[in-house]
Amino acid sequence: MAEGGETAKATAEMVARRSYGKLVAFLCARTRDVTAAEDALAEAFASALAHWPSRGVPDNPEAWLIAAARRKAIDAHRAAKRGENASAHLSLIAEELATASIGEIPDERLKLLFTCAHPAIDQEMRAPLMLQTVLGFDAAAIASAFLVSPAAMSQRLVRAKTRIRESGIPFRIPAREELAERLPFVLDAIYAAYAEGWSDPMGTDASARQMAEEAIWLGRLVAMLLPDEAEALGLLALMLHSHARRAARRDADGEFVPLSEQDAGLWDGAMMTEAEALLRRAAAMNAIGRFQLEAAVQSAHAVRALKGAADWAAIVTLYDALSVMTGSPVVAINRAIAIAETEGIAAGLAALDAPDPRSLSQYQPYWSARAHLLAGMGAVDEARAAYDQAIGLEIDPAVRRFLQKKKARLAH
Amino acid sequence: MEYMLVLFSDPKPLMTMKPAEMEQMAGAYYAFTQALQKEKAFIDSRRLKTAADATTVTQNGGKSKVVNGPYIETKEELAGYYLIDVPDLDAALKWAARCPTAGHGHVEVRPIWPMPG
Repeated sequence: MAEGGETAKATAEMVARRSYGKLVAFLCARTRDVTAAEDALAEAFASALAHWPSRGVPDNPEAWLIAAARRKAIDAHRAAKRGENASAHLSLIAEELATASIGEIPDERLKLLFTCAHPAIDQEMRAPLMLQTVLGFDAAAIASAFLVSPAAMSQRLVRAKTRIRESGIPFRIPAREELAERLPFVLDAIYAAYAEGWSDPMGTDASARQMAEEAIWLGRLVAMLLPDEAEALGLLALMLHSHARRAARRDADGEFVPLSEQDAGLWDGAMMTEAEALLRRAAAMNAIGRFQLEAAVQSAHAVRALKGAADWAAIVTLYDALSVMTGSPVVAINRAIAIAETEGIAAGLAALDAPDPRSLSQYQPYWSARAHLLAGMGAVDEARAAYDQAIGLEIDPAVRRFLQKKKARLAH
Repeated sequence: MEYMLVLFSDPKPLMTMKPAEMEQMAGAYYAFTQALQKEKAFIDSRRLKTAADATTVTQNGGKSKVVNGPYIETKEELAGYYLIDVPDLDAALKWAARCPTAGHGHVEVRPIWPMPG
């Protein structure tokens, strides 16, 4: 019964969140004021979340929400009129809600995504802003995913929304010639929202897991609204490939399981198939990019589900290309591990230390990769020291326990 | 929305500029201003003399303190402004990128505080 209640609540939350973004976007496109739009809708959503789980989700959730928000906005407008400052925005919002009749809400969420990921917004605030304005996550949930205090996150969100209004950041989809420049910001922010949800340190935090799923949903939205953008498809394929492994990422005791040791039978076949189809569609557009390459790496790992082994040669080639494109340390480390698989451990170690190792000395994946390779060579003492360094730098307790186990398993 | 494009640049290279280069620079600003006017985005623009000619005043307890020079000494100094009227920040950023100053200095885009009435 409690289970059923939870499901009803989750369904209500999901439906509300979908409609939330649509209604916020609809109002913002007209008033440019995210805060005012959210304020106008807040009570309507609070009452939806209070009523829907027990009474069931209405047939037309948006009509229900518009009716509720319109009542609230009219009340607030009347109250403001009696006060000194009759807010122009409030009356505008009440009018907009009055004209928005059932089923006629245009989908302006893509505009809102471009606003949230505008280059004039701090890069690290773009994903949190999307999660709040398009998906309706509260500041506390976002704060916990991004490892920031709720008060700080809430303050930054308020500041970012004020900036949208005060600096005149537009609500529109960039023109063709600007799209190439602006779309990557949107995709990066969606991926950041996904990665923060996914990294979910304990693997048990429902809101973080949900955040990853919501990020995928945003990825679907962008891929649907911009079907000719290869990187939008690439991002969705990447997230789907990664999410397909969610059940295999922890064992029965909740312990971390690295990709190479995961049971491929637990991977989600339907999700992988969908990812592959997206990648093929993207490839046909001849506009290669970072997300397509990363998705292709995941695709080469996914081959293990069918053939028993990952396509390591392809993985090395893909990481070569990614390394040139991004110069990222994560890519360099993963490339070294792939080289160890194809050319042997010595070659892998050489590749790992090819960039200046000092720049990676505080980076956990560098040390765990190093320990892994050294252990494979039988350099036990060095491997043990590298594991210690990795354990000391890791923040996820499950990963820390995994590394400790690896270290303990080294031959004496 | 109204914005001020606040221009910052290093005045030193200007002092050793050859007349032909000077003319080319003036031409670039003239063309930029013309384009703004043609698009009905132009309100006003001025170039400032160098910060070396600035005098800075502050008042404390009824006493004026006058200092030779600019308020803040920087390599790139406040050199002038364009006041423009455009639909939104994206349009303002586009004009800022076209402004010749962006090529050798920095252009700060600031929304104008709206006055009532």
